[in-house]
Amino acid sequence: MAHIKLNNEELPGIRGLLDFRPETAKPLLALAETLLRGESGLSSGEREIIAASVSFKNDCHFCHTSHAAAAAAHLQTGLGLIDEIKAGLPDTPVSDKLRALLNVAHQVQKGGKHVTDDDVAAARTAGATDQEIHDTVLIAAAFCMFNRYVDGLATWAPQPNEAYKEMGERMAFVGYGKS
Amino acid sequence: MPHINLSNDYPGIRSLFVYRPETAKPLNDLVQVLLHDPHPTLPAGERELIATYVSNLNTCYYCTNIHGAIAKHQLGNDAETVKAVLTDADTAPVSDKLKALLRIAAKVQSGGKNVTEQDVSAAREQGATDIEIHDTVLIAAAFCMYNRYVDGLATWQPHNDELYDKMGEQRAREGYGTPPIKVSEMKLT
Repeated sequence: MAHIKLNNEELPGIRGLLDFRPETAKPLLALAETLLRGESGLSSGEREIIAASVSFKNDCHFCHTSHAAAAAAHLQTGLGLIDEIKAGLPDTPVSDKLRALLNVAHQVQKGGKHVTDDDVAAARTAGATDQEIHDTVLIAAAFCMFNRYVDGLATWAPQPNEAYKEMGERMAFVGYGKS
Repeated sequence: MPHINLSNDYPGIRSLFVYRPETAKPLNDLVQVLLHDPHPTLPAGERELIATYVSNLNTCYYCTNIHGAIAKHQLGNDAETVKAVLTDADTAPVSDKLKALLRIAAKVQSGGKNVTEQDVSAAREQGATDIEIHDTVLIAAAFCMYNRYVDGLATWQPHNDELYDKMGEQRAREGYGTPPIKVSEMKLT
């Protein structure tokens, strides 16, 4: 049970919180929409992988599984991608640039000051632009917020990967804050 | 030096807002709702104290100093209370309700799952409402984002108390949506 009395306790994860407080829901959804579906050198699928991977490091089941399902929808991989992200994508065909950006994102997850000149230089060597590095840091930072919001209020989340299929497709193709 | 070429001379998060206006908009709208807009029960000064406290736990120099300055101005020029909260929140001259909310904020900073039912019921016993508990968790979570954004890109964070006080006075009065003043155009003593 959530720490506070939500208006609709059937809504999982962040959805119950967005419904509880529409004033804060509006900028939160606009942020997710801009970060994950707005203009960027990175594809939406790559950005959802970054979001899902950081959420996994933060041990947020709802955010990890839903955003990994969104990545799977964008990239048409099937839901196996959810567990591949948990494993660190050892055999998944992703670019060296994305791997270097994931390293930057994982440093941000630990704390902003963990990002070193070497981490950034490695991303640049792999072809990342300044804006892609910026967007990676902000996506990772934003999921350190979303994850704490969802778990800090003890929202409920469906367990199996399959329960996130439709949600991921909606996040990918309809968007955030659009019904 | 910042990790990327920001092509402007603003400090901290302001340099990132100028660099990428698309993401600045929702980030600024969020902080405006969380900390500045009228709230049913939590005064802006108390919300700024929560933001300052979490930024200090995350050791983000820019965010701690700018929100500390905004808190000071929102609290009626009360620098002592800001300092006391950062030194030891349990003995600071703030309400028992705010102390309980600051304890929740510290738990959120260390990880969402660290917030316990006991933390929440302790806040409730001091009179905290569900909206106050919700907003405390979200403010603390949001500053785990802003702090990482500011430090993760190694933004310029000048060490100058007068500068933060001037910027803080502007934000306390105008909110977060107005353009920042260039540091080079500030009349600093």
